[in-house]
Amino acid sequence: MKRLALATAALAAVALVLPAPGAEPPKAPTSALRVGLVFDVGGRGDKSFNDSAYEGVARAERERGVTVELLEPTGAEDREAALRLFGARGFDLVIGVGFIFSTDINVVAGDFPATKFACVDYAPPEDGVIPANVVGLGFREEEGSFLVGAVAGLVTATGHVGFVGGMDIPLIHRFEAGYRAGVRSVCPRCQVHAAYAGTTPEAFRDPAKGKAVAVSQISAGADVLYHASGTTGHGVFEAAHDMGVRAIGVDSDQYDEKPGTVLTSMIKRVDVAVFDTIAALETGVFESGLRSFGIAEDGVGYVSEGPHAAGVPDGVKTEVAELRRRIAAGEIAVPRE
Amino acid sequence: MSSWLSMLPETLRISVPYACAAVAGVWAERSGVIHIGLEAVLLTSSFSSVAAAVASGSLLVGMLAGVLAGVVVSVGHALLVERARVDAVVSGVALNLLAYAATRLALRGLYDSASNSPSIAGFDLGPKGGDVGAMLARVLLDPVTLGAALVIAASPWLLARTRLGLRLRACGESPEAARSLGIDVVRTRVLALAISGAIGALGGVHLAFDQHRFESGMSAGRGFIALAAVVLSGWRAGRAALACLVFGALEALQIALQDVSGTSKATTLVQLLPYVATLVVLALGIGRAAAPRGLGQRVDDG
Repeated sequence: MKRLALATAALAAVALVLPAPGAEPPKAPTSALRVGLVFDVGGRGDKSFNDSAYEGVARAERERGVTVELLEPTGAEDREAALRLFGARGFDLVIGVGFIFSTDINVVAGDFPATKFACVDYAPPEDGVIPANVVGLGFREEEGSFLVGAVAGLVTATGHVGFVGGMDIPLIHRFEAGYRAGVRSVCPRCQVHAAYAGTTPEAFRDPAKGKAVAVSQISAGADVLYHASGTTGHGVFEAAHDMGVRAIGVDSDQYDEKPGTVLTSMIKRVDVAVFDTIAALETGVFESGLRSFGIAEDGVGYVSEGPHAAGVPDGVKTEVAELRRRIAAGEIAVPRE
Repeated sequence: MSSWLSMLPETLRISVPYACAAVAGVWAERSGVIHIGLEAVLLTSSFSSVAAAVASGSLLVGMLAGVLAGVVVSVGHALLVERARVDAVVSGVALNLLAYAATRLALRGLYDSASNSPSIAGFDLGPKGGDVGAMLARVLLDPVTLGAALVIAASPWLLARTRLGLRLRACGESPEAARSLGIDVVRTRVLALAISGAIGALGGVHLAFDQHRFESGMSAGRGFIALAAVVLSGWRAGRAALACLVFGALEALQIALQDVSGTSKATTLVQLLPYVATLVVLALGIGRAAAPRGLGQRVDDG
């Protein structure tokens, strides 16, 4: 029995520690900078948030020749360990993908003052003191969600649209709030059905739950569904496909997940934020504190061009482009809750 | 109110993995082997079905591979417990942990991601559309669901009336007596676990095919809910499957209620409904449920 337990432990350890191979061997440019990236729940291959962060480091590897290593933690207890592992190995920059790393990063950053830390969707500590070697990358998701909300409000035939959230937390409420406001701005009488897959981080990777939530909303009449739920959203696409309605992707362009069903996607340029942070550090610049990316910074938006937006009528695109301009100019304030 | 009617096909679809795992648990425990590794059966079978379907391009091959994986895990458990004399609870926990880590490792080895597999086609039979008839047709025409329904429906009869079922239950009630009558207890139990693994695996295959992909940890505790159903049913296959249907209905209801309740606090309470209901029923029913008397007992074959 001891042997079995040992084998289990060894396997688990290997699964945690084994670094995934980087994107491609660096070509011309080389840099001494070493960057570690720790994925969120949902992980590599979620075709969404995590893959977008991966795009950012892959681009830095390609264009700047930095060395990149990746870790996918298996659970909550591994997150801090993964950050520590990179810190102990003397990496220059360690990036945690997701709000869930916020407290872990604050703790670990104190132990490795020579290493810089970046956290996507960072939630600052309650006392507001951000360590000098930490930068929090925030997005105004409500602005991007507002735009796809307007698209949903303009294309719905039934006057019912849906929102499927992952974990029931303030971050995801922001998506819902922006989406509701966007729907209301173009269709005051439209009804928004909103539900969450759960109250734990697992709610971001439970496609079976996502499908069930979506089926319930579609049955209630919703014909456009927006999700902010990680891989749980795969289930939303499944349901929309099966029941002949349309869905809106999140964080990355999710068209390829279900061509014909995915109308457009809210884009959160995690890749831009990650790449910018690495590129700045490579030239010796690191500013700790909070950085916020919204429509004005091209940090959020929606898929409005090319074949992946073919399902969105031109009139709708024009109308939403005007809303986009007014948000960027500060004429529309998008609610955050 | 089609949103309430849609709970019927949803209940059926949601219940399949639970029911398969629960009936798998009944088969194992009626033969006298404690089996808390149902989660491992679900995970390895769903992973294997997707990996084989991706590699071969055939869903049928995927299904067979999934069933085979379930059999291997379950028989492995039986051999550890009956031959290597490992404590059954320890073996089950170890298998659950091992399955979680091993599927992640294999995912990374095969697809360069420890979390997600590529997507597969899925059977996708039945009409498209959002009306209840089409939803019901899609659920009922699914080959995995049909296969699962068949073996689940046959299980009570197989256990109660056939020679195999009688021998198996004899091993579960009193392994010593069974042995004195010339039954090879260890062999019977291994066979029971093979059947159990195959049935449980159908639940894992359903989970993966329904989502058209494998995701790490996608069984999400369903094997444990199934165990609760086993105890609740008094180790009877039909009642265990029924308990899972009720749980599936509660989950469908919970989701439908979220849309009505709207505000966030009520939502959180509503989400607890299936679990609270399970606990309440367990607490009320457990006094009457009698476990097989030989559950966890080995024969001294030394």
